[in-house]
Parts: sequence; C-alpha cells; structure tokens
Amino acid sequence: MRKLKMFLVASLALALATPAMADTIKVGVAGPHTGDLAPYGIPTKDAVVMLADQVNAAGGVLGKQIEVMALDDQCKPEIATNVATKLVSDGVDIVIGHVCSGATKAALGIYNEAKVIAISPSATNPPLTQSGDYPNFYRTIAPDDDQGKLAADFTTDKLGAKKIAILHDKGDYGKGFADFSKMFIEKGGKAEVVLFEGITPGAMDYSAVVQKIRREKADAVIFGGYHPEASKLVAQMKRKRVKVPFIGPDGVKGDGFLEIAGKNAEGVYATGPMDVSKYAENQKAKADYIAKFGKEPGTFFDQGYAAMQAALNAIEVAGGTDYAAVEKALKSSPVATAVGKIKFDAKGDAEGVGFSVFQVQNGTFVELP
Amino acid sequence: MDFFLELFLSGLTRGSIYALIALGYTMVYGIIQLINFAHGEIYMIGAFVALIVAGVLTIYGFSGVSILVIAALVAVIYAAAYGYTLEKIAYRPLRNAPRLSPLISAIGASLFLQNYVLLAQTPDFLPFPMLIPEFAFMEPVAHIMGSIELVILITSALTMIGLTLLIKYTRIGKAMRATQQDMTMARLVGVNVDRVISMTFIIGSVLAAIGGVLVASYIGQINFYIGFMAGVKAFTAAVLGGIGNIPGAALGGLVLGLSESFAAGYISSAYEDVFAFGVLVLILILRPSGLLGKAAKQKV
Repeated sequence: MRKLKMFLVASLALALATPAMADTIKVGVAGPHTGDLAPYGIPTKDAVVMLADQVNAAGGVLGKQIEVMALDDQCKPEIATNVATKLVSDGVDIVIGHVCSGATKAALGIYNEAKVIAISPSATNPPLTQSGDYPNFYRTIAPDDDQGKLAADFTTDKLGAKKIAILHDKGDYGKGFADFSKMFIEKGGKAEVVLFEGITPGAMDYSAVVQKIRREKADAVIFGGYHPEASKLVAQMKRKRVKVPFIGPDGVKGDGFLEIAGKNAEGVYATGPMDVSKYAENQKAKADYIAKFGKEPGTFFDQGYAAMQAALNAIEVAGGTDYAAVEKALKSSPVATAVGKIKFDAKGDAEGVGFSVFQVQNGTFVELP
Repeated sequence: MDFFLELFLSGLTRGSIYALIALGYTMVYGIIQLINFAHGEIYMIGAFVALIVAGVLTIYGFSGVSILVIAALVAVIYAAAYGYTLEKIAYRPLRNAPRLSPLISAIGASLFLQNYVLLAQTPDFLPFPMLIPEFAFMEPVAHIMGSIELVILITSALTMIGLTLLIKYTRIGKAMRATQQDMTMARLVGVNVDRVISMTFIIGSVLAAIGGVLVASYIGQINFYIGFMAGVKAFTAAVLGGIGNIPGAALGGLVLGLSESFAAGYISSAYEDVFAFGVLVLILILRPSGLLGKAAKQKV
C-alpha cells in the first residue's frame, strides 16, 4: 500500500515536473558546499548562480530560463553518486561539477548512462579524460600531467636539449611532476633522460648531485619540488660552474624563489598557471562577484565561471539540450570565457587553458609567449 | 678521478660542519652524561643572529669580509649566552634528578627555541647573504672546490686545533678533563665544577654558532627548523665517533659526511640519509661504543 502511495506521489511529481522541464534549462552544480573542502566548491556554485541570474534577467538562453540545482557532495564519492542520481532523476540537462577528482569519477558513470554532460572546474586527475571511459566529461582546468608535458616540450623543443637531468624532492607533488616530465620526454623521443634522481629536502648541500649533472653532460635540468630546494640547487650549480638551463614547476614560480635565490634566479624557467586576469571576461566576472559579495572570489571561481559560460554557449549553439548536439558544440565552437578563449578537444580537455612557461628576467617572472 | 675528488671534497666540507656541531654534543655528554638536544637550535640561532647583524651592517655600508667577521663574532657571543642560559635554566636545577629528567628538559628546550624563533622571526625560509667572496685564485678549480668550501675547511680545522690546545694546555681545559674523569673528586680537589660545566656549554655553543654561520653562507638560506636536521646528523656523528670522546666527534663527523657524499654520488642522493644511518648501525654493531669510544665501565 505504502509503495503504491509512493509511486503515485512520484508519478504526480513527475507529471508536475514534465511541463516545467520544457520551460527551463536545468543546470546542476555539484561539489562540496559544506565541510572542510567547501572553499573549493562554493566559488563555483556562486559563479554558476550569478551567471544564471544575469542570463535570466536578460531573457534566458533560447528564450528559456535557467534553473540552477545546487547539490552538496562534500567531495565524498558515496555522496556524489547520490547527488548524481538525484540530479538525473530530476531531469538535469547539464552538470557543472563535480569538484574533487574522486567524487567526479564516482558520479560520471551515472551521468554517462543517463547521457548527461558534466563539465568540471577542478577535477585534474588525468585519466578522467584520457582513459576515454567518460565521453560525457569535460573540464575547464588543465589535468595534472599538463605541467610535466609543457616542461618536457619546452625543454626539448624550445631549448633544444638532448640530454636532460630530472631531479625531484621525493614528495607527491615534485615526483609527480618529474615522472610526467620523464614520461613525455621519453614519449617524444627527441631527448634522453640521463639522470633521474630524488634529492633529500633540507640536506646541507647538493654538490654530489650537481657533480652528477656535470658528469652526465646534461644540457638541461628539470626539477620537481618547491622553492627552497630549487634555490639551493641553482646556487650550487652556479658555484660549481654548471651552466645549463633550470626548469621548475609552479612550486618554484613565486616570490619566495626570487627572494631566496636572489641573483642566481636570473634566467631560471618555471611553468605556472597562465595569467588569466588579462581577459575581459575574467575582469567582468571578478567585478560582478565583488559587486555582489563584497569580497574576492575563491578557488576555482574562474574555472567554474568558464564552465558555465561554455555550457550555456554550447546549448545556445546546439539550439537545445540534445546530447549529441551539445557535445558537438562544446568541441567545435570556441567561446570567450573567464579562463580565455576555449574549446574542448576530442577527449574533453579544454584547449587553451593551463600552464605557461615563465622565465626570471631582471628579478621577476615573465610569461614567455 | 675528478668526480671522486669532487665527492671527497664536498664530503669533507659537510663532515667538518657535522664535526663542529658534534663536538658540542660530545663535550657536554662527556662531562654530565646529558644529550643536549637543544644544541641544534643554538646552531640555528647563531645563523639567525649572523643574518640580522649582516643585514644591519649592510645598511651601514660595511663591505663583505668585515661583515662576515663582525656578524660571526656577534653570533658567537649570542650563541654562547644562549648556551650558558640554557644550562642555567634547563639543566642545572635537574643536575641531581634522575637521568631521564634533563633529557626531557633538553627536548623541551629544543622545541621552545624552535618555536620562539618561528614566532619571533618567520616560518619562511630567509635568504642568507653570500658573505664569503669568490676568490680569483680559486677560479681554475672552482668546479671542484669553491672558495666557500675552502673557507669552511680552513675555519673548522683551525677551530678544532684551537679546541684541542684549549683542552690540553689551559687551566680550564685541565679542569674540564678532571671533571670528565670524576666530578665528585674534581670538586673535592677544588675545581669549580659548576663553572666548568657552564664553560663547556659556552664552548660547545661557540662551535655550533661558527658552524651555523658557515653553513648558512654556504647554502644561502635559513629557517627556524635547520637546527633539527643538523642536530640529528651531528648527534649521529658524535655517537659514531664514540660519544664523550672529542677526537671521536671530529672523526665521526668526517666519516658521516664522506659516506653521505659518496652514497649520493655513487648510489643515489635519494638514499643519502639511508646510507648515512646505515653506516651508523654497522659501526655500532661492530664497535658498540663508537669508533674511538672506550667500552663503558660499569661503576658499582
């Protein structure tokens, strides 16, 4: 009896929902909105709501109003699957999210079965796009291996290095970057990795490893780690008269490195997130946010805003929310967003976002073209 | 051959710094059987004081070498004051307490000093000026051994010779040796034991501060935490050489520095600590009282 009642209620709700579906475009936004990780999820939610309000006030998309459905997954995979099921059963058209890679992965299977596109502002785990398991997944942030790939390409193509020494600080971040650099250098086949070695952070000196760089006749050094070790390494290389280019990740690209390495920093390369503040869309998004909330936007705001812009643009180009048409639009029509002009590649990664190479020139990091 | 020589010299440089700090551990242990865990912090404070003084002197337009000398002097005086005070506050009241109590007090003092510098200065790394100039005559061999390494080696050798002379030929040295042999007896024959102990802490702190200034200008950066790892390494060196034995500490420092350097060069720098502590374990298995340590006599 109770089951029958529930079925009736459910079908009634569905019946009520169906006509509404025709009038609105339902955008789900899922991510951590409470708990420890909320600072990573709330800026995206705010961006989506803010943009939806603006578009609605201006008449909506294709004459339809946008309905935002914000759900909290707390970055937990088990909650993320519930959130995904709820969004799908409520007839969501497109999802902005999720935020954490683990939660995103858990939810993506459900969206994929239901033919719902998800655009994440922050899930950087490489296989999410590269495995090909989730053709419905897109992201407006560069994957984790992007920096390693950029460093590898830059070192072999721009610097023309043939023998590359790769050092890392044995930590997740530093070794991850070093591993990816090594993988892409070996894949590229233009140079060989002559030295791949961990160093001990906080050690008194790195002369032994600097001597190894010389002995292997490396013509470039890629280092995965943070600025204190990078400063020590460049100082010791200089002191031991090892004059080869030094390339670090975004853990090196900062004022800390400039301050500690001093004049030894000159000429050092580092990859780092592209400077997006020069884009008009980014400036507008930021100004709107500050006007509305009275503070600077938080982490992943730009990417969340860009994801929403890309989604709305694709729906508009596609002339509706049909899966195949929206997919085609995402992959073929470039759109100006808060992270620059982007479109998505065949696997779902945004082209034109991510990292640039910077070089220390006259005491500051300058973005290289 | 060049490669071997390079590793040997950088190991020697590293080792002589370990030796300088290890001497402080071993002297204190020799006299009051206490492992002064706050010794590494004295080294760190020495480096910080030198940094501050060097900063001030640079503003007043002093030149390279004079800055180095003045900054090192002030650092040494400060560190000596810290060592003296540390002993007065943290160890002297516990002189007759069970042996574990001063040890806990030492760990507490170490944490206190670390956090004091963290709060009073900064948690970030600070750049330390390159106070030691690059000598022109070193240029042909600069890729093997730089001017800074040369200065470190000479300074630590001179310091250790000075210490040996002090212990062998001066009144206070004689008193220290007497106290080390038998504190009660030394007191009975009129040695001012408290003064000797204070003096031991002061000398140890001076050596640590010299090490701190040398290392800081060698690696060019310091933070509140550098004393910890240096302290652990130096303590290892002291144990390696036979704790309580002064030439042993110097030898232990050199053995440790060289084995780290060769391990980093011929095996992998990822494993330099593994190798260094492996050497310690091996030596303690073969010679439980360290390289030059005397087997402990059971006092009844």
